[in-house]
Amino acid sequence: MSKGKPLSTGKPWAWIVIVAAAIYFLVPLLATFEFSLRLKREAYSFEAYSIVLADPKFHASFLYSTLMALATIGLGALIVVPTAYWVQLRLRNLRPIVEFVTLLPLVIPAIVLVFGYLRLYNSSSWLPLTGSSFGSDILLAFGYVTLALPYMYRAVDTGLRAIDVRSLTEAAESLGASQTRILWSVILPNIRVAVLSGAFLTFAIVIGEFTFASLLDRPAFGPYLQLIGANRAYEPAALAIIAFLVTWACMALLNVVGGRRTQTQR
Amino acid sequence: MTAASARPRISPAAIGAWLGVAPFFLFSLLFLVLPLRLLIAGAFQDGAGAFTLANFAQLLTPSIASSYAFSIEISAVSALLGAVFGTLISAAVVLGGLPAWMRSMVATFSGVASNFAGVPLAFAFVETIGRVGLVTALLRNGLGVDIYRHGFNLLSFWGLTVTYLYFQIPLMVLIITPAIEGLRREWREAAESLGAGAFDYWRRVAIPVLAPSFIGATLLLFANSFGAVATAYALSTGFPIITLQLFAQIRGDVLHNENLGYAIAVGMIALTALSNLGYIWLRSRADRWVK
Repeated sequence: MSKGKPLSTGKPWAWIVIVAAAIYFLVPLLATFEFSLRLKREAYSFEAYSIVLADPKFHASFLYSTLMALATIGLGALIVVPTAYWVQLRLRNLRPIVEFVTLLPLVIPAIVLVFGYLRLYNSSSWLPLTGSSFGSDILLAFGYVTLALPYMYRAVDTGLRAIDVRSLTEAAESLGASQTRILWSVILPNIRVAVLSGAFLTFAIVIGEFTFASLLDRPAFGPYLQLIGANRAYEPAALAIIAFLVTWACMALLNVVGGRRTQTQR
Repeated sequence: MTAASARPRISPAAIGAWLGVAPFFLFSLLFLVLPLRLLIAGAFQDGAGAFTLANFAQLLTPSIASSYAFSIEISAVSALLGAVFGTLISAAVVLGGLPAWMRSMVATFSGVASNFAGVPLAFAFVETIGRVGLVTALLRNGLGVDIYRHGFNLLSFWGLTVTYLYFQIPLMVLIITPAIEGLRREWREAAESLGAGAFDYWRRVAIPVLAPSFIGATLLLFANSFGAVATAYALSTGFPIITLQLFAQIRGDVLHNENLGYAIAVGMIALTALSNLGYIWLRSRADRWVK
């Protein structure tokens, strides 16, 4: 990239490493983009993108995964924010247990988790979630909350540590606010940056997720991508570029709300 | 709030606190604890529900053991290479005196690429170094080198490794950068004032300080690729890795033994748990320096 320019700053070895890395990371993207333009033999065109964007199944699966991501973010926030708040404020001795539980999804491979769900909530069990389409949606949403739990909890916990939870709570209590009210209108607005960071990361994880969606047989974007990949030539390349742009948008938004801080969780 | 508030020792606030964390523990029970309990219990039972260790003994049958071995090898190699290249990139950015915009670009791109896994990543590598991929074609037509004639195949150990590195390297950059940023200038100056050259500084100061972070992060990368499914599945459903074997088992009981499937899952948990525990332990050691 920057080979031609004079190397005014930086040590030569550092530039060699960065240029090599740039080649490894950019060439697959360029190759995929180039391939996605070749659907018409005679000239480059965006025909593959037109076909993909006009495909009703693309719309349906992308919408499904978007709604699933939003449900995951909502449910995740409902579960994580009060827990992190009470652990910080009053139940400090629970912190090691809660932190251990939130790390479990990093330890247990996703495919193992969904295996457990499928057998535990099968159609002849006490809670036959996989027996109906709506039940499977619920199961998928909670499964995604599990996958997002480590990131969501870490983000919210960091946010809560940065504010004075005790003073805010006592001030609100002295004004007669109920506990729900305190969480919703005092704590949440103060940690919205942290919640949003967790939300964008969750969105990036959920939008193209394959294993859970495929094994629960849900019409999500991940299985749709796989299906197109197995059956078409140029459309998968276009979809890969679209997926990359979606991931990139999530991370860019994460950086914007996070005040351009380097995020180190994952 | 409730009748229980009549008891003097439990304040309403405490009840509120416990009610507040109740959904979390209910959720953990339903979606982490109970599913795990079912898998672990099932792994120690035979078809009739009696206790047995036979399922674990059957993990040693060649078809299953070889998948485990392939998964372990690919995870170890991609973790180690990812760790080395990720550290090099991070060191170049932090210590190489590169412009500031480059640092933030590398950080952002690492966030994107570490999450750009799964099916789209497989597509990208098919278009790049697949049989008709751009790089394959350029090398064949431009340099006359047919990498597929020279033993390379995207659908092979090294093909999958090169693909996994696309999310392993950036993950390493994200994890190791704070550790490298934590190397203090004073340490280098102190070493130099004692007559140490660059080599001595790295050998006796920087590498020992970074080692726990480096090894710990490598273990995390190992677990990261060990559990991966979608990338390999989209490249070829026939990859002999343990996650794809478990995938087929979940779909259709291809082993004709449900309990053996549970044992495969429990074996996977044991491996990823070990490597994650190693990561957590080493990170707590590393945190003593990086403050």
